Amino acid sequence: MEKSDIVKSTPLVAEHEALHAKMVNFAGWNMPVQYEHGILFEHQHTREKCSLFDICHMGEFNVKGAGVAAALDRIVARPVADQPIGSCRYNLLLNDEGGILDDLILYRCAEESFFIVVNAGCIDSDAARFQSLLPAGISFENSSDKTAKLDLQGPESINVLCEIWDLSQEDLPSYFHFIEIERFGVRVIVSRTGYTGELGFELYLPADSVVFFWRQFLAHKLVEPAGLGARDTLRLEAGLPLYGHEMSTDISPLETGYGKMLQLKKHPEREFSGKDGVQSRVANRQLCALYLEGRRAAREHTEVRNGIGQKIGIVTSGCYAPSLGKAIALAYLEKDLIPEDQVVFLPLGRGEAKAHIGTMPFYKNGSVKGK
Amino acid sequence: MTYYTKKHEWVKIINQKAVVGVSEYAASELGDVTFVELPSVSDSVEGGEYLCTIESVKAAAEVYAPIGGTIAAVNKKLEDDPQILNDSAEEAGWICKLDDYSEADLMELMDGKEYKEYLKTL
Repeated sequence: MEKSDIVKSTPLVAEHEALHAKMVNFAGWNMPVQYEHGILFEHQHTREKCSLFDICHMGEFNVKGAGVAAALDRIVARPVADQPIGSCRYNLLLNDEGGILDDLILYRCAEESFFIVVNAGCIDSDAARFQSLLPAGISFENSSDKTAKLDLQGPESINVLCEIWDLSQEDLPSYFHFIEIERFGVRVIVSRTGYTGELGFELYLPADSVVFFWRQFLAHKLVEPAGLGARDTLRLEAGLPLYGHEMSTDISPLETGYGKMLQLKKHPEREFSGKDGVQSRVANRQLCALYLEGRRAAREHTEVRNGIGQKIGIVTSGCYAPSLGKAIALAYLEKDLIPEDQVVFLPLGRGEAKAHIGTMPFYKNGSVKGK
Repeated sequence: MTYYTKKHEWVKIINQKAVVGVSEYAASELGDVTFVELPSVSDSVEGGEYLCTIESVKAAAEVYAPIGGTIAAVNKKLEDDPQILNDSAEEAGWICKLDDYSEADLMELMDGKEYKEYLKTL
């Protein structure tokens, strides 16, 4: 059996089956795409109340040792050395050519200790990259198999978490910060982050305790389970990239809209893996938010054309946006060919859909930074 | 009497028109329907030929004409409220009505009981 044929399951697979989830293969994992009420319900519930997502497939690394911040600062694209303890930072891992190997989040747990969260499909390759670049004396542990991840997302998530875990809102971390607490004898990392555009938390806990917490959260009247289908429509409406779509080794970080994060001008002396590649490669595309006029979705690889039928770019993700009632898409467009009137056309079915280039996020009423 | 195809379309004759749609099973497999591209009135189609596309949040599915004929009417309600297809795939969620069809073509299709048996084999 080829390695790619092995489909992994999270510790929650029996829970999903009991909830009659529809399961799909995502990045080699058998994951719930939706539960009984369907994607539109789960999407809306997350926007209004609180949803629970099984995100155990994602990978986690522990990196420790004297000088670890300086060592990581030379590996990932965004500065790490000045990252405060207790904060999390979105970051990118690049190859030597400046292409994106993964997007990830670095958590600074202590002066000499980091926790890194990576995409499920990139766990092995990221681990190999870090291990090859970290100097001797820094310990690297891939703790993905023993670490579970639950995402509790939605405007009510803060109240749900306080109620269930007997906390006050002041106990909980602010946006892009995290705390480590003990609940029911289990150490949990509670991170004020997410992938939905709503106020929410990502919880990291030991894999052998996750069924208990999954059931505990679902027992709350405001909480419903949500699958990868809603996760995708929520993140797209929030304008958040998905690795393999908006990011890949073919794409420069300078094209993604996250270029400033590298602080190339502010810290010209700073060296990191892939920096030369980033500076020498062509970056003539720009990730754009397309607001389509109809309900029909433009899917990945759909061409984007200007008013005279010239191809100016390609769609990387698209869907019907439940919160907008219309279709939306993310697309890479050639910067020099973006029409002045910001109007583009996408061939869909027998006809063509008109779209306007607009600002991100698509959904602007999210609670993500609230409270 | 409703007839079904292996690709999960249905057809039944009402007031001399052949009314066409997709089965409840197909609608449920697709999930929340977000868009229906309706066929064009007065186009003619052969049995088994591409008729239109239905999109759900996660997928797009092609619908094929269960029998041949000329498109006499389309269900415009599906344009603004495609979820009718989830709520009532085999009644209010009809897609189009055909003229100029041959009743003999229905003999090639499954009846409700045969379709139910067929679903068990999937």
